[in-house]
Order: sequence, then C-alpha cells, then structure tokens
Amino acid sequence: MTTILDPTNEAEPVARQITPRSGVITGRVALLDISKPRGNVLLDRLETLLSERLEGITVNRYSKPTFTKPAPDALRREIQENNDFIIEGLAD
Amino acid sequence: MSQLPAFLLSDENGESISFPGDKAALICLLKEDCPTCNEVMPVLESFYRAFGDRVDFYVAGQTLEGNTRLRERHNPSFSILDDTSLKVSFAYDIDTVPSLFLSDDQGNLAKQLTGFVRREWQQLARDLSDSLDTEAPELDWEALPEWRVGCGSLSVDPLIADRLRAEAENSPLRARKIEIAPADDEFEFMFDQGFSDGLPLVPPTPVRVLRMLTGTKRDPQEVVAVMPPNMGDATVEKIAINAVMAGAKPEYLGVILAAVEAVCTDEYNIHGVMATTMGASPVMVVNGPIRERIGMNMKLGVLGQGSRANATIGRALRLAIRNIGGAKPGGTERSTLGNPMKFTMCFPEWEERNPWDPLHVERGFGADDCVVTVFAMTSGPTLIVDQSSRTASQLAGSLGLGLESAFHPKAHYATEVLLVVCPEHVDTLIRDGYTKADIRARIQEVTKRPISELVENEVSAVGFPKSAAASMTEEALQKELPKFKSDADIHIVVAGADAGKFSGAFHGWATGEIGSISVSRKIEEV
Repeated sequence: MTTILDPTNEAEPVARQITPRSGVITGRVALLDISKPRGNVLLDRLETLLSERLEGITVNRYSKPTFTKPAPDALRREIQENNDFIIEGLAD
Repeated sequence: MSQLPAFLLSDENGESISFPGDKAALICLLKEDCPTCNEVMPVLESFYRAFGDRVDFYVAGQTLEGNTRLRERHNPSFSILDDTSLKVSFAYDIDTVPSLFLSDDQGNLAKQLTGFVRREWQQLARDLSDSLDTEAPELDWEALPEWRVGCGSLSVDPLIADRLRAEAENSPLRARKIEIAPADDEFEFMFDQGFSDGLPLVPPTPVRVLRMLTGTKRDPQEVVAVMPPNMGDATVEKIAINAVMAGAKPEYLGVILAAVEAVCTDEYNIHGVMATTMGASPVMVVNGPIRERIGMNMKLGVLGQGSRANATIGRALRLAIRNIGGAKPGGTERSTLGNPMKFTMCFPEWEERNPWDPLHVERGFGADDCVVTVFAMTSGPTLIVDQSSRTASQLAGSLGLGLESAFHPKAHYATEVLLVVCPEHVDTLIRDGYTKADIRARIQEVTKRPISELVENEVSAVGFPKSAAASMTEEALQKELPKFKSDADIHIVVAGADAGKFSGAFHGWATGEIGSISVSRKIEEV
C-alpha cells in the first residue's frame, strides 16, 4: 500500500443554486460588456433586438474595467441590486 | 491491566481538570448529536449522584455547541468537559460514542463499555455500589432501551482523523492522506485523479514531503498565498507536495515558495494569466547566488530541457497552480492553443556573463540577494537570428526588428517582451559600449511606424481602428509610434551558451493594470 498526500486545496466547492427561471423576460435587463474587442458590437445589436421584441423592459449597460480580471465586487453588487436579468458578452 | 492515557481538560467554568486523580474514575466520552449519548445522560446523572463523592467523574463532549446543548437539554449536576480538540477521544482510541471507561485509583483500566447495553451498565452500577459500599443509583432501568449501538466518534471522522494522528505523532503534515491499493499502479492513479500536467508525477509520499520541507524554515502550515481561481490556501506543505510531484529537490523549495507568492499578487493576476484564451503562462527568471548553489543551468541550452532545477522548479509552480489554485485546461484555464511553457519555464540569468546590471538589481534588489521574477508570457522563446551584424547599433536594430512580431507586427503599445541576449550578442553590444538603455532606445527607434501604417487595412484589420483614424489630421497620422509604450516594457537578461549568435524573446500578454505586471520576490535563505 502506497500512501500519498493530497496535492489539492481539499476544499469542497460551494454549491450555488440557480435562480428559478420564470420563462418570461420582464423588468430590468443588464448587459455586461467584459471589455473585449467587439463585445460592445454584439451587445449593441442585442440591446436593439431585445428592445424591439420585448415590451416594457429596461436595458442597463455595464462594463468590466478589464476582461482579464473578475468583475469588481461593487460592480457585481450594483448589477445584482438593480436588475432582474443579466446577459454577459464574453466575446471569445 | 493497561494504564489509561493521562489528560487535562477544561470544565464549563474554564477550570483545568486532570486525570488521573487519586480516586477511581469514571470517564465518558460523548457527543451531543448522538441519540445514544443523549439516552445515557440521565444514567450518568444518576451515577454521579450515587458515586460522585467517591469516584472522579469525567464526562467530556466533542463539540462546543453540542456541549452547550447538552447542558440546556439535560442540565446535569456534573460539568461537561471540553474535548473539542478531540485529543482525549483520539488518545483513548475510541470508534464509538458513548464510550465509558472505569479506572482504578492508579489510573488503570478496569472496564470499558461501548454504546449502551443496559445489562452492562446495570452490572457496572451494581459492581460500583458493592465496591464503594454505597447505594446503587436510583434509576428505572426497565424504562431504558436494552441496547443502543452508539455513533461514530468525531475522532475517527476521515476529515479529522489524519490531522489528529499527525498532531499525536507530532508530525508537521496535515494534508489528507490518500491510500493507493496495492493492486493499483500509483502513477496511473495520480493521472486518474487529475493531479498531472500530462507527464508522470513523483508520488508525494509523507516521507518525500517531509524531506522536501527540510528546504525551508517556514512553518509547513503557513499560508504562503491564497491562490486563484479557486482561492485555495497555498500552505508551505501543499506547495511542497506539488514540488515533490514535479520532481524537485528540497533545496529548490525556497524558489518555488517565492514564485507562488509572486504569482498570487494582484499585480501578477494569475487568475487572468491562466484563464485567458490567449494562452499566457508564468515565465520565471532566477537571480542571485542560489543559481549556482542549486545547480541551475544558465548556459548551453538554458531555455530547453536537461536541467533538473530549471525544469522542476517551473513545473512545481505550474502543478501548484493546477492543484491548489484549481486552474485546469477546460475548466477555468481556457487557452485556445496553449503553449509548452505551460509545462514549465524557469531559467536563471547568467549574471557573470552580463556586463550590465542583472535583472534583480535593475528591479531594486541587492546584487547578493536571491530573487525570482515572474512574467506572464504568451509565446517564446522566439529566436532572433543575427550572425551578421558587427556593430551594436546594427545588432540592437536586429533585435528590434525581431520583436516586431510580438502580438502582431501592426500591434504597437500592446505588450511587453523579455529579451534573452546570448553571450556572443552581448560581446558585440558591449564592444561599442552599449548599455541596456541604449539597446532599449535602439529597439524603439527601429520599430517606429507612422500611425497611418498601423491603421486597419485590406491586409489586416489589426492595429489602429479606421474610425479613429478618420477623424485624425494628416499630420497626426504621420506621428510615429515605437513598438512598445514604454522602454520599461523591454526586459533584458543574459543567458545561453558562449557559442552562437541567437538571442531569444518571450512575448507578453496584456501588460500593466489591464492584465499582468511582472513581480519579483526575494527567495528565503535557508
């Protein structure tokens, strides 16, 4: 029998629940641009289409300072508090 | 008759209570979330009332919150002792709670009961009553269950037992132990567990990890860094385990620890370096006397294979990022092509062959300091072949032209480079008195291009956006931009064989606040 030591951080991943899907998009929709080239082009088009097809929604635009780092906590909080839906443009 | 382990526990008032005392003793180890333990609490209360003035009474609970709840639920006359460290439960080698021990006045084991078997506990009550010449406990035995199996002691919980064993053995190791069955091939097992970068690993046995830990004076449980993307605690021990797997020697550990510290800074941004589709990887440069001491190769084939120190230090860092940080290809590591530097890329500077300040001195360290510097690089080493230039200005010009392809020839101000100048090229540059500043200036000079040449066009859309150029004056479009935003984006080190006119370059990633900034850390002297 060989015994080895665990090289990982031994952490149990936190299980997060997905917010229930209502099947209908209403209210406030956040579009998050991660600041990769041409991500804004995609999101501009998406904003136009969403506004055309869905009545009564409000689109809020956000962008990350840089695509190379996770979104700052303050930005995450702002998006969470002021929106019902979010679409993130990964651009890759 | 065996001697029961001595112990010292705190009661509910924080007073220390020791075993053995000078009387016979009853010791019961239990935990609150065990139904059987709750069943025996009233029995223990009646024992205490009957015998408490003639025997020492020790009832110890395994969790702090649980002890509070036992107090609220049963309000016993005795104090519930605090074995939340589980040291007594471990020392008494119990699998099950409740476990009851009777000792004589010398601390010798007289009887041990496990779980609750009514007949056994009743017999014990009778025996004690007889031997102590006192009334038996007042108890409606018939109202109690005949038999209750009890629960597993927390001290044998797999998540806790290894730590307790290590503490008891005074071992510095705390990592979970993984037993590989004799029928399993340990090398295949480690592949299957996902620990590997694709190449075989050295099994990190406790003996090898202990030997690795002799390479540092730091406490094995010290958290060197919190490692993205999973924010894992990179303890000295965990890093040592990965260093063993990489094939490193204990004397390399200091370099690896310093490198882990460096990549886990906000400036370096290892999260982004690993996650980027562009495929960046840490490139480590080592400076100072440690290079010779641990046998690093800074000469022939410096950026290639063949040196255990170069290869395994770089690999240890990458394995630590994979296993402790959790950056794995296909998970949060999402490089489009990847690159071979993701296995390992670490080399020392040949300071003695360098006529200029070596990298670490340029970065503010003393010449005798041992320092590791980490860069985030996406490609390299790409060769700059120049066997023809005989003047410094020609050669530095060549180096500049060779660097034009970093990112893309039309991408200016986009990234940084790490230039590895070979000794023969050093000789040509120094013959004309070139300093590092002269080399940088010459590179910037020969790579200057008017903005008009960098605007997106039919050949390539990379470069200056057409829309931005449209609003610029002709004069503004003729402004010349060098390849690099700042001379400081050209890092220069010396390494390689004495023979050959081939310098090399690593091309950077997103440079600066937007992506990654190179970081240096001093290496611990052992």
